[in-house]
Amino acid sequence: MRGATHAKWAACAAAVALAATACGGGGGGGDSSGVVSSSWGDPQNPLEPANTNEVQGGKVLDMLFRGLKRYDPKTGEAKDMVAESIETEDSQTYTVKVKDGWKFSNGEAVTSKSFVDAWNYGAHLKNNQKGAYFFGYIEGYDKVHPEKGDPSADTLSGLKVVDARTFTVKLSQKFSTWPETLGYPAFAPLPKAFFDDRAGWLAKPVGNGPYSIKSYQKGSKMELRKWDAYSGDDKAENGGVDLRVYTDNNSAYNDLMAGNLDLVDDIPAAQLRNVKNDLGDRYINTPAGIIQTLAFAFYDSKWNKPGAEKVRKGLSMAINREQITETIFQKTRTPAKDWTSPVLGKDGGYSDSLCGDACDYDAEQAKKLVEEGGGIPGGTLKISYNADTGSHKEWVDAVCNSINKALGNNKSCVGNSVGTFADFRSKASQQKLDGAWRAGWQMDYPLIQNFLQPVYYTDAPSNDGKYSSEEFDKLVNEANAETDTGKAVSTFQDAEKVLAKDMAAIPLWYQNGSAGYSDRVSDVALNQFSVPVYAEIKVN
Amino acid sequence: MGRYVIRRLLQMIPVFFGATLLIFLMVNVMGDPIAGLCGDRKCDPATAAQLKKEFGLDKPVWQQYVTYMGNVFTGDFGTAFNGQKVTELMSTAFPVTIRLTLVAIVFEIVIGISLGVLTGLRRGRPIDTTVLILTLVVISVPTFVTGLLLQLLLGVEWGVIKPAVSAEATVDELIVPGLVLASVSLAYVTRLTRTSIAENRRADYVRTAVAKGLPRRRVVLRHLLRNSLIPVVTFIGTDVGALMGGAIVTERIFNIHGVGFQLYQGILRQSTQTVVGFVTVLVLVFLVANLIVDLLYAVLDPRIRYA
Repeated sequence: MRGATHAKWAACAAAVALAATACGGGGGGGDSSGVVSSSWGDPQNPLEPANTNEVQGGKVLDMLFRGLKRYDPKTGEAKDMVAESIETEDSQTYTVKVKDGWKFSNGEAVTSKSFVDAWNYGAHLKNNQKGAYFFGYIEGYDKVHPEKGDPSADTLSGLKVVDARTFTVKLSQKFSTWPETLGYPAFAPLPKAFFDDRAGWLAKPVGNGPYSIKSYQKGSKMELRKWDAYSGDDKAENGGVDLRVYTDNNSAYNDLMAGNLDLVDDIPAAQLRNVKNDLGDRYINTPAGIIQTLAFAFYDSKWNKPGAEKVRKGLSMAINREQITETIFQKTRTPAKDWTSPVLGKDGGYSDSLCGDACDYDAEQAKKLVEEGGGIPGGTLKISYNADTGSHKEWVDAVCNSINKALGNNKSCVGNSVGTFADFRSKASQQKLDGAWRAGWQMDYPLIQNFLQPVYYTDAPSNDGKYSSEEFDKLVNEANAETDTGKAVSTFQDAEKVLAKDMAAIPLWYQNGSAGYSDRVSDVALNQFSVPVYAEIKVN
Repeated sequence: MGRYVIRRLLQMIPVFFGATLLIFLMVNVMGDPIAGLCGDRKCDPATAAQLKKEFGLDKPVWQQYVTYMGNVFTGDFGTAFNGQKVTELMSTAFPVTIRLTLVAIVFEIVIGISLGVLTGLRRGRPIDTTVLILTLVVISVPTFVTGLLLQLLLGVEWGVIKPAVSAEATVDELIVPGLVLASVSLAYVTRLTRTSIAENRRADYVRTAVAKGLPRRRVVLRHLLRNSLIPVVTFIGTDVGALMGGAIVTERIFNIHGVGFQLYQGILRQSTQTVVGFVTVLVLVFLVANLIVDLLYAVLDPRIRYA
């Protein structure tokens, strides 16, 4: 009797232990059937390709969709994916051929119509797509998305379906690097199911990528599983990915440390000090296509008068980038040397010498330049930032400290916090900020054009400071019309030199993507958008 | 009693409208929420106008408020910026927070009142002093410190619990977060009960009960405790609303997708619909909890009767 009880106890203990490991592991192990669990943030917008403009939604789209092109996760080069060919003779009219045999995970074929319909949907004003401007280069955009009033057309006149696998695109101006923009998720194809039942599709999106959605609990969890019939050659190396929404990246990090989570793609600032001890080489810190700058209020005549560029240059030299990136960001930022990003590479237009001395710390020279330029307008530089997300307060204070020290005046620079990001953005976009403010630019696609035109071209959508230079605009136009890619890039760099001359914005640092992962998974890497390349992750 | 309840219910109406109007105005003065939706790029004016129209933000505030309240009475709380109905958000968030609050209240009642009775009956003894010091520590340490510390020790270092609560948020996962949420109130409950018990111990009716030869257990539970509970019940009752609204910190630390999380996100994104919707429900919970407390008085002390 006593023996039997013992046996029972042993069995129970074994069962408990088994159950515990099964729960703790989050699903079976082994080669390509293991499921990766990863941290996630609640996407801000409904998950429509043209409506997603932030990383969290973009993460899902990258697993769910494949467009005409895809950016190589290592080099950033735009490679044909669903496109068989994209041809043009005049950099204005393009003929796109879609590869045969691609399917959506619901069985529908990916045809030229899947693209044309999706783009027409994305561009149309009544669909409220936040990324509608991506279709702005296509002829007829002003008809379906007028700046004022109601649309006068339902479809883009520049898009024509030729046959099931071919369509043509006519742009409203020459744009030689346009095909390279097509890797952006907004250009993804949509299945017929989307147009038939949008609400149903949004509840459980269907795409043509390596994963399909098994379940989606909005605001808390999405389970993606490898889609076996996927047509591309970048099939998933794991059985699936569970995205879990975390209220805070600290709790995600703690979950990783406790072994309940495989991947965190945003290391909390407070943990940067310990992360190397905690994770060793399972900590990733690689450059991403994000640059942070200080933008200036050019709409204010005080900042737009002759000589002000000397003040801006002087301020730039007063900022000790090396020290700030090391002490505050623990080297998850790299001091900026130009107005683009190192992920572009030398051939893509990145240059480590374009900003030159102006981006090096030199207190003496800084003081001299500011004085020559007539001093800081109003005596004090106010740097505005939003206090709700990121650790902007810390670095703004550090930048101000650095400036104050260099100029030998404690009142040279002060931080000005704005409560929420929405409020900050609304003030910035309505030209209600004075002095300077933090400006960030995360690239849409790895092209030098994307770092310059949307931010510094006259009246461009992200040109909040209203910087305007005829010379810069002229060079950008020339570069866009240039058919030879190499020449286009060097013309863009010429335009960038205008920015350097005017110090249109002070480049601060390039932001890295930082991530950490458990020893259960391997082959983890971040792409240039600082999004993990999920399909390549292997479960040990 | 019936008339009293009706009068109280009628009083709730102006409180309800006043509170919601205040919240509505507060969210609105924070500025233009649409600007934040487009990220670092300025929304193109046509899309921004279209979005404003969709969320009713193009009308004057008073008109927005009237429309909103009209819709609320038909059960329509509007749509959050991510396209989800606010009622849908509520249906996922409230059950989780209610579970968390219940766990917290149970801790308050069980631990708080027991400790209170224990110390109240042994005033001045070592156990009393120990508990007093402990409650002092709990009250003076902020919740987020206790929360983060417990998460780090129990979750990461010792592996007793999972540091983050799963999407399902089952009751067993909520025990530690519930304890953290309850901690400060728990200390107050202990102290309130202790004082009340200590005072009433010398009351005539207790002496009478003891003189009648009633068993000690009966004296303490039926006579002493019942009369001493009135201030405690008041506190716990009003605490229900405070706990639900105040769970923001605890919910963030332990990754609980409840009311606090939705409110926090609503405020960050300046989603008027989400914030006003959730706060409206919280105001109702608060008002109802207060009403129930007042009605409970009569049950605890028959001398209190409402005309």
